[in-house]
Amino acid sequence: MIEFQNIKKSFDDKPVLHGINGIFHPGRTNLIIGSSGTGKSVLLKCMVGLVEPDEGQVLYDGRDFTHASRNVRRDIRRDIGMLFQGAALFDSLSVEKNVMFPLNVLTDMPTGEKLDRVNFVLKRVGLENVNRLMPSELSGGMKKRVGIARAIVNSSKYLYCDEPNSGLDPQTAILIDELIKEITEEFEITTVVVTHDMNSVMEIGDYIIYMFKGQKLWEGNKSEILDATVPELRSFIYSNKLVQALKETEDR
Amino acid sequence: MHGIGRYFIFMGNLFIKREPLKTYLKQILDECIKVGIDSIVIVSIVSSFIGAVTCIQTAYNLVSPLLPRYVISLVVRDMTLIELAPTITAIVFAGKVGSNIAGELGTMKISEQVDALEVMGINSVSFLGLPKIVACLLMYPMLVVLAGFLAILGGYLAGTLTGVITPQDYIYGIRAEFQEFNVTFALIKSVVFAFLISSISSYKGYYTSGGALEVGQASTSAVTNSCIAILVADYLLAQLLL
Repeated sequence: MIEFQNIKKSFDDKPVLHGINGIFHPGRTNLIIGSSGTGKSVLLKCMVGLVEPDEGQVLYDGRDFTHASRNVRRDIRRDIGMLFQGAALFDSLSVEKNVMFPLNVLTDMPTGEKLDRVNFVLKRVGLENVNRLMPSELSGGMKKRVGIARAIVNSSKYLYCDEPNSGLDPQTAILIDELIKEITEEFEITTVVVTHDMNSVMEIGDYIIYMFKGQKLWEGNKSEILDATVPELRSFIYSNKLVQALKETEDR
Repeated sequence: MHGIGRYFIFMGNLFIKREPLKTYLKQILDECIKVGIDSIVIVSIVSSFIGAVTCIQTAYNLVSPLLPRYVISLVVRDMTLIELAPTITAIVFAGKVGSNIAGELGTMKISEQVDALEVMGINSVSFLGLPKIVACLLMYPMLVVLAGFLAILGGYLAGTLTGVITPQDYIYGIRAEFQEFNVTFALIKSVVFAFLISSISSYKGYYTSGGALEVGQASTSAVTNSCIAILVADYLLAQLLL
């Protein structure tokens, strides 16, 4: 479980987050949604420690991450996997070495065992016989899959995904969404996805936080979101013609 | 001042909470190949020509018939050992390796690869910077030794083939009044320069933000700052040790 309390962050005296609270439970796909520039990615970075919040704290299964010593942080971080917007694969390493990287650096696992684990997660994300390929030889969707494989290879308890669908065609985007949801449920991971893609919201949103100008304006799940009354959220949702049509069909 | 302070924080982070040493061994080896073996060709070409040019120009300036010809190779030897091999090679090394380090780290930074390391709980500063610095400290003195040897050889070939000095005079001059400390001095310089180039370039690359334009700027800035640092350190070392 990930809990964040009163997270505040400013850059050059310009407030970006105004005291955000929330709890993300395991086995659920938790979404942080909102338009561009509303502070979603800053909140995500505060949660993984890439940005230090000015106030507030983040707790991982009750362990304070924000104010923890470097060693405690390091231990918690070893339970965290993250899929970056551009996948952030290491250019100089093959797919196999990229996925094996956390095992090489963070564990004393024998090589054979590491290889088995790598092949298992690659198979799980739907990639086989790509071990020797370099990141530059992969398509956008494949890179995201390798990114997910690397994020879960060390049996991570918490999975963060920053805009997992960006740059992907709608079909591949749905496959990546489904994969994230399946993995979350299968391995009982606490997954946090930052997105502004309404298709993802309707597909995998077990728990959703809507952010607007650095504030949490709404929380709920995908079945409640279409009936939300918050004007900013409604305008965000119904800017998508597909969702608009879905709502009209439902109303009829 | 802000930049200097951040540089020292960066240097401190290289050694704080780093991963176990075995993690770095393969990386150090890979970096040694990249910064050392891959620089042999350019260092060889530059140092051979520097030796050759030094020999020809010294001969051109030695117009007095009272001066023995072996002075030419003596000058080539001392100039090469004390200054040209460590310093000129350092400028070339900064251009080749320094820009490469800054470009590589800068690209990793803007494509979130550095963030990926941090999220995994790895100290990215030491994980990325330390192997590069150690590899430079190991390989650069060897390149300086090679450069010194090839410069003297280049001088020999240029001098004897053009007839400005006989082979016997050249060999005699190389051996005459030899001071062992000059070699020690060259090696001290090489270690200091290697550290400056690798640490400044790593620092410049690591703190890149933005896009491709900024990566290019970081590379340029790494080379410029390394060259300035080399020249300042060169002067200070000469003042302190000679």
